[in-house]
Amino acid sequence: MRSIRARLFAILLVTTGIVWVSAIVWIYLSTKAEVERVLDARLTEAARMVSSLITSQEIAVRKADGPAAAAVAVPHVSYDRQLSCQIWGFDGTLVGRSESAPGQPLTNAKSGFSETTVDGETWRVYAITNPELGIRVLVGDNLRVRDRLVADVIRGLAFPALLILPVLAGLIWLSVGRGLGPMNAMASALAARPASDLSALPDHDSPSEIRPVIRALNGLFARVGAVRERERDFTAFAAHELRTPIAGLKTQAQIALGSEDEAIRNNALRQITVGVDRTARLVRQLTDLTHAESGEFDDSIGHVDVGAAIQSLADDIGQHHRDTASVSISPELARLKLDTNPSLFMVGTRNLLENAILHSPFDKLVVCDVRHEPEGVSITIDDCGPGIPEDELPKVCNRFFRGRNPTQTGSGLGLAIAELACERMGATLHLENRSEGGLRAELRFAAVIGARQARSD
Amino acid sequence: MRVLVVEDDAVLLNGLEVGLGMAGYTVEAVSTCADASAALDTSDFDAVVLDLMLPDGSGLDVLAALRGHASKVPVLLLTARDSVPDRIAGLDAGADDYLGKPFDLDEVAARLRALVRRVGGHAAATLQWRDIVLDPASMGVTRGGKSVRLSRREFSILRALIDRPGQILSKPQLEERLYGWQEEIESNTIEVHIHNLRAKLGPGIVETVRGVGYRMAEAGA
Repeated sequence: MRSIRARLFAILLVTTGIVWVSAIVWIYLSTKAEVERVLDARLTEAARMVSSLITSQEIAVRKADGPAAAAVAVPHVSYDRQLSCQIWGFDGTLVGRSESAPGQPLTNAKSGFSETTVDGETWRVYAITNPELGIRVLVGDNLRVRDRLVADVIRGLAFPALLILPVLAGLIWLSVGRGLGPMNAMASALAARPASDLSALPDHDSPSEIRPVIRALNGLFARVGAVRERERDFTAFAAHELRTPIAGLKTQAQIALGSEDEAIRNNALRQITVGVDRTARLVRQLTDLTHAESGEFDDSIGHVDVGAAIQSLADDIGQHHRDTASVSISPELARLKLDTNPSLFMVGTRNLLENAILHSPFDKLVVCDVRHEPEGVSITIDDCGPGIPEDELPKVCNRFFRGRNPTQTGSGLGLAIAELACERMGATLHLENRSEGGLRAELRFAAVIGARQARSD
Repeated sequence: MRVLVVEDDAVLLNGLEVGLGMAGYTVEAVSTCADASAALDTSDFDAVVLDLMLPDGSGLDVLAALRGHASKVPVLLLTARDSVPDRIAGLDAGADDYLGKPFDLDEVAARLRALVRRVGGHAAATLQWRDIVLDPASMGVTRGGKSVRLSRREFSILRALIDRPGQILSKPQLEERLYGWQEEIESNTIEVHIHNLRAKLGPGIVETVRGVGYRMAEAGA
């Protein structure tokens, strides 16, 4: 059932109906029991009374002449004359009977209560034996009359209830609608707001049932707002950051167009190539950063063959930047297998490796190694570049931070991406200047991951 | 016309250096706040082109320090942040003009000319001395209506002299206007350029003040 109103209405109506029906059943049963108890007591009393009257000779016992008048078969419409009385001799002769009593014996039982069917009518009979006079007094109630009594009581209860039921249904329908009013009000308030409006819904005067929903919604609004603000900041920053290389490209293009000098033109074209490389890398890094941040990488754990992964990254970087430092991978690192997210590992390592290669002189080596420690496993990337001035170390992972030793194609994003990727993998990134010169970038995977996953085969 | 260009993007810095050089400026190119402050402390410039986001700080700090020393050198801010509040902040910090990236090289050159002109107290776009007219925008020179072809350096010397008629400019002063730091200066270059100027413009224009330097000739000389 789609509508809460219809659902509530049905539930309320059915439960009200069940309560009423149970009440009626209960009243029926208790009324029936009570009526039986009272009428049985009356039967006993009447039987004893007749018996005692006979004993005290106040009623003359005589042989009945035959079956009494035809009144027997006539069913009683009202409650009068519901009792029938018969007095039988021990020899089986009908000594006397009341007007409504049938001719046959009401029961064959010697004494006490019994039920018999005579002429299609069911009788509840109390028998009492008077041995002194040699008679049996039978006093019976027509059960049909008893049932009608109970049925009348129940009918008296149920009839008004049936009349009231439609009224009650209408009232339930209206009050459920009224009760759902605050929800409709909230829905229309939400429907009317523009997409840009992420302000909180007021919750102080709302009913307590709606308040958790409003709070949850407001929490969602706040989170969506924060994400949106971060994206807006990032977009603005990225746009600004792209303007500079574009300005450089435009300037160099204008020089190439405007200069007669072959050497100047060639230099401008070379600069344009460098500028395009840098802009392309910046765009790729912006995409990486957005992906790493927005969680578009699935969080699945995969098997990373670290040596092969670093080798393929080094080959790829070598294709983009000619005449750069080469990469050496230690045999132990080449055997290392890690269970972590492959995309995040590639993105993080790529940026660290690219930094190391681009900062090193072309005739030096970038050394990649692994260290197994009790706390976990560390992948190290050592370069022979200028390192990072100590005062800049805390800031280098900030976005768009470019230190005093930037490369030509540096965007200030590489380390920010590497740090974010490490964070998402559950690893940490450490940067330190090496005593022999150059920078060491260290990817530390925690022991829980390391012990299980990082053992080389 | 010596211009200091402060910009951290290598490609753009190179572009400004070459492009403004083609437009007749002598360009000093630096890429950090520290280098910019050092350059401004040690030599005079006719104008400064300043980027705002630099690796070791904001260009606005350099600008504030410059104005703190009561320097009147015109400053053109070049920046990727060119929203109205950014422009206002830049101009209030003492910049004379503001240009958002990406820009047109010719526009940078034109704005620099306008800034230098205003500081020199000229309103007209061209400089005139007797019947010689200099157009800094096109680097064209006419004498008596007839066009005279000058090299970039000859033009710079003539312009420096006409900018301050009557004032004597020494050889080192002229050299500083003509060459960047990295450029090798041959010992007799200024003499060669002055000689060529006299040959092209005719005698009685550039006067040698023996032992001091050069100036535009006194009236009636």
